[in-house]
Amino acid sequence: MQITQSKPFGHFVRRSLPWQQITPWLVPLGLVVVWQVFAQLGLITTRVLPAPTEIVAAAIRLLQSGELVQHIRISLWRALVGFAIGGSIGLGLGLLNGVYPLAEKLLDSSIQMIRNIPHLALIPLVILWFGIGDEARIFLVILGVFFPIYINTFHGIRSLDPGLIEMGKVYGLRSKELFWQIILPGALPNVLVGLRYALGLMWLTLVVSETIAANSGIGYMAMNAREFMQTDVVVLSILLYALLGKLADAIVRILEQWWLPWHPSQHTQNSYVKT
Amino acid sequence: MISTVDPKQTSLNKYGVHLNIQHLSKTYGHLQVLRNLTLEIAPGEFVAIIGKSGCGKSTLLRLLAGLDAPTEGQIQIDGNPLTGLNSLARVMFQDARLLPWRRVLENVALGLKQQSRQQAHWALQQVGLGDRAFDWTTILSGGQRQRVALARALVTQPQLLLLDEPLGALDALTRLEMQRLIQWLWQEQQFTAILVTHDVEEAIYLADRVIVIEQGAIALNLPIHLQRPRNPGSAEFAKLKLQLLEQIVGRE
Repeated sequence: MQITQSKPFGHFVRRSLPWQQITPWLVPLGLVVVWQVFAQLGLITTRVLPAPTEIVAAAIRLLQSGELVQHIRISLWRALVGFAIGGSIGLGLGLLNGVYPLAEKLLDSSIQMIRNIPHLALIPLVILWFGIGDEARIFLVILGVFFPIYINTFHGIRSLDPGLIEMGKVYGLRSKELFWQIILPGALPNVLVGLRYALGLMWLTLVVSETIAANSGIGYMAMNAREFMQTDVVVLSILLYALLGKLADAIVRILEQWWLPWHPSQHTQNSYVKT
Repeated sequence: MISTVDPKQTSLNKYGVHLNIQHLSKTYGHLQVLRNLTLEIAPGEFVAIIGKSGCGKSTLLRLLAGLDAPTEGQIQIDGNPLTGLNSLARVMFQDARLLPWRRVLENVALGLKQQSRQQAHWALQQVGLGDRAFDWTTILSGGQRQRVALARALVTQPQLLLLDEPLGALDALTRLEMQRLIQWLWQEQQFTAILVTHDVEEAIYLADRVIVIEQGAIALNLPIHLQRPRNPGSAEFAKLKLQLLEQIVGRE
């Protein structure tokens, strides 16, 4: 048990200079420029990779026809429904098994067994169960989202300092207060880690499930464009997934700032003092 | 041994509990940690318990807090046997055990009702951290964290304060400051205090009585009659220190 003196560390100080905000965008921007130049010089054929300007043109075309918005909307809906269901089950079971050892004994080993099956390997079975409708896709997303949230919630509770819980008891907290004031906030950083993984898996699962037997969604748009050799639309779809993934990540970061203002990752002025 | 503090009227008008520990034994599996320990502690008395690590002193504190149940014997608090958690006691642990997701004031107010914010402010001021109420605990130094823990322990004005080596991890200067603070607060509020420590000087400086525990039993029960505030440089202090050290480590 060491208690160290807190000292401001230079690398923890987040400056908001414009230069440092631009830095992460320099490499992707440069790549796009190089890509454009190569495409215009004819070094990359349109069949392999159309120029960025052509992709932008495709985006505008699809936006105007309303197709793009429709596909994004249906994909988002599938992603969010699957995420809401899978995430809730994962969080609920993670909390249950984390708090009650009996529940853990009953359920955890079964969950761990199922976890080891790659959920995408279940696609043939899922199609047999649900057909090729949205139920199948949402079911796959649920499976994909459930495990990271479950595991991280469970782990978050288990790795809580037992000393804090003991302290809470000595200071007169009852079980309910212990849960809301110590167990849940203590597990929250891990829950958010799980959330971030889950969002990644959510898109991955959706991409795969939309490329098989769908008639709408971003994945379908890509597969359909492939049949007509519309490389620009295929690349556009891939870029859309990247953007949506980035958006999801940004949302988690905002949640972290809201929910974990105390967390060392949020401290801009001081280093974390670990006890 | 009765407290050296005369029971004068303070603003708080509170007195410590009377403790009666009778034939207390505690075994963990095959390991007997406490053996038939009997001890009486007067209201408002400051008792230091000292001994080598593993002698059972921390176990005794856990039993007094009600965190563990004795294997045999019982603890009477103001004549009532203790069952379950001891609601009259507050514990100060070696590590501060602050909740990092709460600000300093909210840590002190843990378990209090919403209306008791004033009280938490008062407790923070008592330990000299009134201006840090809205800081995160993670930016405090070790000594400040322990002072927050002390404020949290005292905010409900407990009748029994159990101190489990609370100053063990602090540097020498901070420790000295904390000892003075604890002594001052104890004289102010007149709670019964039990300090588990491995620092002989700290025990003599603070306690009305020093109890040495060896292999789960009381080996020495030594009243300290020095006048407060005590001077660790005085000859009597040195003599007591030698006597205790001989008892603890001197005998093979």
